[in-house]
Amino acid sequence: MAILLLMGKRFGMSSNLETMCTIGGAGKISDYFKTNVKSKSWSLLVVLGVVFGGYLGSNVLTNNKGVAISEMTISMLNDLGFSSAGKAYLPSELFSTSSLSDPFTVLLLLVAGFLVGFGARYAGGCTSGHAISGLSSLQLPSLIAVIGFFAGGLLMVHFFFPLLFGS
Amino acid sequence: MKNIAFFFVGTFFGIVLIKSEAASWFRIYEMFQFESFHMYGIIGSAVTLGILLMQIIQRGKVKSISGEEISVAPKKKTFKANAIGGLMFGLGWALAGACPGPMYALAGAGFIPILIVLFGALIGALSYGLTKSKLPH
Repeated sequence: MAILLLMGKRFGMSSNLETMCTIGGAGKISDYFKTNVKSKSWSLLVVLGVVFGGYLGSNVLTNNKGVAISEMTISMLNDLGFSSAGKAYLPSELFSTSSLSDPFTVLLLLVAGFLVGFGARYAGGCTSGHAISGLSSLQLPSLIAVIGFFAGGLLMVHFFFPLLFGS
Repeated sequence: MKNIAFFFVGTFFGIVLIKSEAASWFRIYEMFQFESFHMYGIIGSAVTLGILLMQIIQRGKVKSISGEEISVAPKKKTFKANAIGGLMFGLGWALAGACPGPMYALAGAGFIPILIVLFGALIGALSYGLTKSKLPH
């Protein structure tokens, strides 16, 4: 809680109370369309910071890489063929280097990324932008978007996962 | 100086994402199975604190360190865009198990395949930029 408060404060103090999403998205768009890259350069620095933070968090500060998800979740994932459930930070079935040799996995990752990138820009934000910043400032469009996020997520997990990963 | 501050805000956010397990594919899956309070706790407490902070900022007219007034740019009210974009994002979020913030953190953590997801996200954002005028908003 204290950490999140600090995070909120930090975001609040940075003169742009912008969101991680606009940061990611806007930086990307400006890179491609060469519009005002300079005014967005700060957001790229935050991105670099996040990359560095990810490195620190997983290599320097970590003690146990397994994520303690519930037993029920583990057994459901095992049924879908994810044997690394509960033992790793990310499923090795999708995110190990060897999975890169499987064209189907690569395609899945590409499609997932495409949906996230396209959807985030279309909806005008993502988890941090709409769910955290948007809901915090009590905005209706953000609520609609967040409902959309969950509808999409539920659809994927409950309907598409059995089709994609089921044996 | 200011640039360094941005970098460290990012660093801090990256560590939080990794350590809180918000960047874990498993946690996202679990959230959509309603099997754990974990992610709802993280998002919920962030929103609760965010609301409190926003109220304090708005009521007290708090200035940022550079002296500007703090405001969150209002999101555009475009129901179709929010709904359709949200739905697409949700599908990708559950499949990739990561939204843009955690993707960067995971790249830093050394998960090479996340770069493919990031590449896909770049293409997605680019495609949106290119097709924007033809989409319902």
